[in-house]
Amino acid sequence: MNWNRLCAMARKEMIQIRRDARSIGIVIAMPIVMMFAFGYGVSFDTKHIPVYVYDQEKSQQSQDFVKRFQASVYFNVVRTVQSYPELVRAIDRGDCQIGLVVPPDFSSKLLSGQKVSVQAIFDGTDSNSASLGMSYTEAVAQAHSQQLQLAWLRGRGQGQPRLPVSVDARTWFNENLESMVTIVPGVVAMVMAVVGTFLTSLTVAREWERGTMEQLISTPVTPLEIMLGKLAPYVVIGLADTSLCAVMGVWWFGVPFRGHIWVFLLSTLLFLIVVLSLGYFFSVVAKTQLAASQVSLIATFLPAFLLSGFMYPIDQMPAVVRGITHVVPARYYMAILRNVFLKGSPALTMWQDFAGLAIFATVLGLAATRVFRKKLT
Amino acid sequence: MNGAPPAVVVRDLVKRFGDFVAVDNISLEARPGEIFGFLGPNGAGKSTTIRMLCGLLLPTSGQALVAGLDVAREPERVRQNIGYMSQKFSLYNDLKVIENLRFFAGMYSVPAADLKERIDWAIDMAGLAGREQLLTGTLAAGWKQRLALGCAVLHRPPIVFLDEPTSGVDPISRRLFWELIHRMADDGVTVFVTTHYMDEAEYCNRLVLIDRGRIVASGSPLELKEKSMAGDLLLLECDQVGKALEELQGAPGVTDAAIFGNALHLVVASAQSAIPQVQEFLATRGITVSHIEKIRPSLEDVFVSLTSLNRDRDEGDKGEANRDQGDKRDKGGTKDKGDPTGTAVTDEKKGQP
Repeated sequence: MNWNRLCAMARKEMIQIRRDARSIGIVIAMPIVMMFAFGYGVSFDTKHIPVYVYDQEKSQQSQDFVKRFQASVYFNVVRTVQSYPELVRAIDRGDCQIGLVVPPDFSSKLLSGQKVSVQAIFDGTDSNSASLGMSYTEAVAQAHSQQLQLAWLRGRGQGQPRLPVSVDARTWFNENLESMVTIVPGVVAMVMAVVGTFLTSLTVAREWERGTMEQLISTPVTPLEIMLGKLAPYVVIGLADTSLCAVMGVWWFGVPFRGHIWVFLLSTLLFLIVVLSLGYFFSVVAKTQLAASQVSLIATFLPAFLLSGFMYPIDQMPAVVRGITHVVPARYYMAILRNVFLKGSPALTMWQDFAGLAIFATVLGLAATRVFRKKLT
Repeated sequence: MNGAPPAVVVRDLVKRFGDFVAVDNISLEARPGEIFGFLGPNGAGKSTTIRMLCGLLLPTSGQALVAGLDVAREPERVRQNIGYMSQKFSLYNDLKVIENLRFFAGMYSVPAADLKERIDWAIDMAGLAGREQLLTGTLAAGWKQRLALGCAVLHRPPIVFLDEPTSGVDPISRRLFWELIHRMADDGVTVFVTTHYMDEAEYCNRLVLIDRGRIVASGSPLELKEKSMAGDLLLLECDQVGKALEELQGAPGVTDAAIFGNALHLVVASAQSAIPQVQEFLATRGITVSHIEKIRPSLEDVFVSLTSLNRDRDEGDKGEANRDQGDKRDKGGTKDKGDPTGTAVTDEKKGQP
């Protein structure tokens, strides 16, 4: 390998990136836009579920019950309706996700010590929110029952009764359980997958399309020098972009950074080798910028989005899909990043994820060095 | 110099693309310091041959030695010894002039001690002094061409391959370019050049005519003119040139007829007997001959008589798309043959930015 040729190649790539408005846009604008889009746009928190109430009694007791929903952050009692069909229409139109029907004998049954049923209708089109809404509703009803029970016992002079078991919950690493905190480290991995693969997918294809490749391969430059020279600028850009995302995550979104900077940099470097090699590979094989960029988006962005644990927890996936996630390199990087940002546990605990990244970096890196042929077809 | 080993040796070279035979069993030799012209219509297999010689395409069979090295086995060592200018302009348009030069100096590993001198030389040679900081894409075609030549020879290769280097540039730039080629040849560089301009062919020391992948003639321009014409050549001026051409193509004693400018060129077995014969033949068909004489054939006449170009013009045009892949520039080429000066006006205009 000839150092001069490698440097000349890298310098030329850097100049071309600098002069190409589209590349600049991807390098600078893409990470920022994606950080904001995902940081604010994607939220797994289910709060303020819209509720319509059909209170058939309108007694002091029924109002107290409804007020409990109003007081909870998980519900938002939007409106009180006067008839059952009105409630059905609201659910049909999607104005509310929960319809609460309080029966006309709510207070009389309570006062006479009978069990009373409140009807709750859930919009199951979004099963996730529906099941969350259901457990929140049950929790609210239970708390209300408990309070009534205690009041009743106190009224009978039983003193202060005790509840036998209670849970004292503490959430570690994400104290307020904000989904943004889990999302932001994932977005960093997404940005890398896109910027890395997408940009490099253009480099070789562009030379074929513009005809400059014919001149280039008539020189003594070796395929390895071409590859390393073309990828070197993107390693620098990739590290800069990742750092930009990390800084935004910490300073703008308030995500903690508890791990070691070296763990962050090492995992980023490994992941960059993976995505840059992949993009280069596509670029060599596809020979047109359009095809190469499309393939690289489909091959990296979608798996990184769906199968890396970013959107859906890997533990919850069906066994087959879980198996597939092992060939999605973003999965390992995502796990390491979440750890570095939120947990800060020792690097050794992540050895499996590092091993996964290292294997992919080696395999794809070697594949990329071998794919290019200095021949016209 | 004739005692030195040949710079380029080609033996029984064949290139097939599927069923299509682009280069059909050609053999040739170019000596050091020679300007070796590779002449033929578009799609004849010129670019394919030159690409094989540069190691850019693998031959289907046969052998090519460049600077004594087998191009199929040692393409990298061959590349150290050659400069190549592809048919389509292929420097980086988004780099400045000086950046392109530095890049290719890097690719050829020009030693640091030589770097400044070589780059200054290339800038001077291309006439680009003061324009080093311009984006290459903004240069006119003639400058681009000379810059491409400069980039290709930064490492002082003993052999240079130029694939239609002057297509699309103006006549003055073409002349300048050929002066550069001659200067390189004087310094002992072997220049292997393809062209379809007849006047350029005259500048070559040696010519090979290729048509449909086969060599149809070779020799110095003079040898070709003398040897290759079977019979005599007549210049005929008359009215109704088009009609005359049609009639004469089947006429007794006329081997071939083609339009040259405003006149006709006829190939006949013997000028003496043919002149009165043709005059009479045309007179009976109402065509008036204003002038007829025996002339010395130009290279263009040789070319036309040896290639199937004039007879199968349409077919040749279609074949071209298959042969020179990626070459969309020189469609006007076949039409140039009607211009006796060889100045291909159509090409000139197309090549301008």
